[in-house]
Amino acid sequence: MKKYYLNYLDELESEAIYVLREVWAQFENPVILFSGGKDSILVTHLAKKAFYPSKIPFSLLHVDTGHNFPETIAFRDDLVEKLGVKLLVGSVQESIDEGRVQEEKGKNATRNALQITTLLDAIEDNKIDCAIGGGRRDEEKARAKERFFSHRDDFGQWDPKNQRPELWNLLNGKYFEGEHFRAFPISNWTEMDVWNYIKRENIQIPSLYFAHQREVVWRNSSWIPVSDFLKLEENEEVFSKKIRFRTLGDITITGGIESDADTLEKIAEEVSTMRKTERGDRSDDKRSETAMEDRKKQGYF
Amino acid sequence: MEISNNQLLRFTTAGSVDDGKSTLIGRLLYDSKSIFEDQLESVTATSSKKGHEGVDLALFTDGLKDEREQGITIDVAYRYFTTPKRKFIIADTPGHIQYTRNMVTGASTANAAVILIDARNGVIEQTKRHSFIASLLNIPHLVVCVNKMDLVDYSEEVFNKITSQFEEFSSKLLMKDVRFIPISALEGDNVVNKSDNMSWYAGGTLLNVLETLHISSDINKIDARFPVQTVLRPQSDEFRDYRGYAGRIASGIYRKGDEVAVLPSGFTSKIKSINTGEIEVEEAFAPMSVALTLEDDIDISRGDMIVKKNNQPEPSQEFDVMLCWLNNDAAKPRAKYIIQHTSNEERAMIKSVVYKVDINSYEREEGDESLKMNDIARVKIRTTRRLMIDSYRDNRNTGSIILIDEGTNETVAAGMIV
Repeated sequence: MKKYYLNYLDELESEAIYVLREVWAQFENPVILFSGGKDSILVTHLAKKAFYPSKIPFSLLHVDTGHNFPETIAFRDDLVEKLGVKLLVGSVQESIDEGRVQEEKGKNATRNALQITTLLDAIEDNKIDCAIGGGRRDEEKARAKERFFSHRDDFGQWDPKNQRPELWNLLNGKYFEGEHFRAFPISNWTEMDVWNYIKRENIQIPSLYFAHQREVVWRNSSWIPVSDFLKLEENEEVFSKKIRFRTLGDITITGGIESDADTLEKIAEEVSTMRKTERGDRSDDKRSETAMEDRKKQGYF
Repeated sequence: MEISNNQLLRFTTAGSVDDGKSTLIGRLLYDSKSIFEDQLESVTATSSKKGHEGVDLALFTDGLKDEREQGITIDVAYRYFTTPKRKFIIADTPGHIQYTRNMVTGASTANAAVILIDARNGVIEQTKRHSFIASLLNIPHLVVCVNKMDLVDYSEEVFNKITSQFEEFSSKLLMKDVRFIPISALEGDNVVNKSDNMSWYAGGTLLNVLETLHISSDINKIDARFPVQTVLRPQSDEFRDYRGYAGRIASGIYRKGDEVAVLPSGFTSKIKSINTGEIEVEEAFAPMSVALTLEDDIDISRGDMIVKKNNQPEPSQEFDVMLCWLNNDAAKPRAKYIIQHTSNEERAMIKSVVYKVDINSYEREEGDESLKMNDIARVKIRTTRRLMIDSYRDNRNTGSIILIDEGTNETVAAGMIV
């Protein structure tokens, strides 16, 4: 007896491909927001499937904080070349140099919030009308309310209390001059789904996700990598630990976890027994209960 | 854990804070071990700050800043959990504010609706509203949870009284599969773990029911409908003559060699190939996203529909729709809207309101032509060109439409074709 139903990963894949094709059909100049993290790599992989045998019809937009893991940049450049797509870079350093934003001061200073201005400038300069992101609803309570097609006003702001209702599979991507959309094809995926799919499809991801030896300091309850951008406090001690990262972001605020998982199988296994959310190691989300909501309203990813 | 063949079940929960809806979702997440330590720590801290003893399960579903401050839910929120048997998506919809708009939204993609009844109060107006919307949106499975059984001494008599109350009023609705479960979300009876307090109840727990509902037949596999989203024309030497029609199968099954018709043109051809990504397959079925190629070179674009030659939808320009109004601005008489139906888009006019439905009493009201936020009405719609429609009862994907206001670009109404 043949079965005529999909398993959950195939259904999530089919849904994401549908959303990506709707983006292409409904918008003039859509891009994929590419951070080099697993979620944006997944979205890019799904876009490849959605348009095969055509090339991915979207450029990749990287908002570069300047505080990168060198591995992420190498991975990004390699992928762009393989896929033959165009790479756009919005530089936070340039936004600082131009006086568009002010660098934060103090020990816990980050460039996280500064990305908002750079992102919105890049969207305006490149006349982008839809930015496709790898945001997932299971990540954070503000993200649990996101639509597949999420409207942004002409200031790039999100109004969570006044969103367009989204019914069945009918996506409304209509906008006025100056406004834009964010699209989230993997809204319904959880961290576990992402890893199970990456494992199934054997998708290439940066080496940082696998357990490796690294110099780190213990800060804000996670292992922060030592880098040129990190100012060590007097009482902070540098350790050499076998760690891996669950999410990748700005190198100054992305904490690693101690782990021996050095294959996709071991990572999926480890994630399934994990008792902390993946953003629990991101100090950008620890600032307040509504840190993500506040940033999203202003135009964050 | 081998879960690769597991299915995905989407369900909606209806009810307000008073029914214990948030507590129920919190209980499902907590007892199925879907809560992470840092979430638990933060909720435990908030619980004690608010003076609760232990963990207030309802706090796991807390959302936006305004919602926490006002203690209400403003909008549909989506939550996720997985068991060794299935992956679940909960569309958590608010019970009070803009209930119709939010419930309709959450219900539109659901396989099942979980309806909560407070055992002390029995069937109330809200129960009728929720059941009506579940029936209107043709949700295949309904699970009625009689909650707070701990407050009525776990009485079988109370439970039986409520189930017969429900059977009585719901006989006016179209329901296929209804189950009743006595639970206490607060104490954890029959949610994930079987209750020791209700030995008279022989059925499964809520999670057990959700894990075993038969959902493979929820999508129509008879009437093949393939709305074209976009045309793939690769600019490479290897695929110079390739013309692929990309879309998600709305219903039915397609096989290589099938004789098909392209609507609205009516031209016929045969399926030459079916692809999911790089992989060529012999057959594909709803809800797969695929790319089709045809034997003949036919002019096909977004909005067209590829169907089986011997099973076609009815092209119509005038049809009746059960319409839910979702916007603060009321409908303007004889105004024109953009209508979205599958991947097709035309302009449409609401010609007349046949009747409005009172969703508390299920009474029909004729003669009132106004359509305001949360109204549900049967209307006559006329479109600029013919749409390839099916009735919503037969086909959720080709039987649904939305209306968009050209002046604001907002989605103002959702409709189910009668």
